Amino acid sequence: MSNAQIERQWTSRLRHRVVEKLPPEKLLPDTQPAYVASWIYVFGVTTMAALGIVILTGTILALDGPQWWHSSSLGHFINSMHLWSVEIFFFAMVVHLWGKFSMAAWRGGRSMTWVTGGVTFLASILAGFTGYVSQTNFDSQWISTQAKDGINATGGGAFFNVLNLGQMLMWHIVLLPLAAVVLTGLHVIMVRVKGVVPPFEETTEVSA
Amino acid sequence: MAQGWGLGALFNLDHYGHYIQWHVIQISVANLVVIILMVATFIAALFAPFPGRRNRKGSK
Ligand code: HEM
Repeated sequence: MSNAQIERQWTSRLRHRVVEKLPPEKLLPDTQPAYVASWIYVFGVTTMAALGIVILTGTILALDGPQWWHSSSLGHFINSMHLWSVEIFFFAMVVHLWGKFSMAAWRGGRSMTWVTGGVTFLASILAGFTGYVSQTNFDSQWISTQAKDGINATGGGAFFNVLNLGQMLMWHIVLLPLAAVVLTGLHVIMVRVKGVVPPFEETTEVSA
Repeated sequence: MAQGWGLGALFNLDHYGHYIQWHVIQISVANLVVIILMVATFIAALFAPFPGRRNRKGSK
C-alpha cells in the first residue's frame, strides 16, 4: 500500500483529526492560566468525583440486590453512601452551574459545553427520580403513585410508567447512568479542547 | 429506620418534616437549608482565598 493510500484511510484521517483537536498536552495539561486559581473552578471536578462514588456504590448495590441493601448493616451503609454521594453530586453541580453562569462560560465557541452540562443536569434529575421509585419500600410506593398522576396528566405515562418497577430500575441503573457518564465525558473533553474560558475583559481603567 | 449500634443520625429524623409556607410558596425546612448552604458555598467559593495564588493586584 502506498503512503498516499494509507493517508486516505479512515483510521489515519480520524487519528490526525483527533490529535490536531486534542493533542495529549491539551488533554492532560501540566499548568492552567492564573485565573483558574479560584475555588469556583473546583466544583466541576467535585461533581465528577461524586459521580464516581455514585456509580461505584450503585454497582455494589447491584451485586446483591434489594433484599441485601434493606436488611444488612453493610447494605444500609452502601445504600447511604449511594444517597449521600448523590446529594453531594447535585450540590456541587448546582454551585458549578451558578459559577459557569456568572462567568458566562459559554463564550468563545463553548456553547456545546454549556448545553452538554445542561442536558447532563436533566438526565441526572431523571436518574434521581427513577432512583426514588426503585427503592422497593413504602417510600417508593408512595412516590410512584403520586408521580404517576403527574405523568399521566402529560400523556407520557403510556410510555414511561412509573409504577413499572422493571422499567424504572432499568432506566435507573442502565440508561440514565450511561447518559450521565457519556455526557460528562463529552463535556469534559470539550472543556479540554477549548481550554478554560478567559475572564471578561477589564473595562475600567486601572492606574499604573 | 436503621436501629442498634452505630453513630445513628446526627439529627433525630424520626418525625414528620417541617415546612415553611408563604402564600402559594411552600418548602420543607430541609430543602431550604440545602439551598441556603449552596448559596453560601457559592459566595465562599468566589471570595475565599485559594491556596498558592499570588495576589495579582498586590502592587497597585
Ligand atoms: C455531571 C455534571 C457535571 C460535571 C461532572 C461537570 C464537570 C465539569 C468540569 C470538570 C469542568 C472543568 C473544570 C471547571 O471549570 O469546573 C466543567 C466545565 C464547564 N461546565 Fe460542567 N459539569 C457538569 C455539569 C454542568 C452543568 C449543569 C453546566 C451548565 C448548564 C455546566 C457548564 C460548564 C461549562 C460552561 C464549563 C466550561 C467552563 C470553561 O470553559 O471555562 N456543567 N464541567
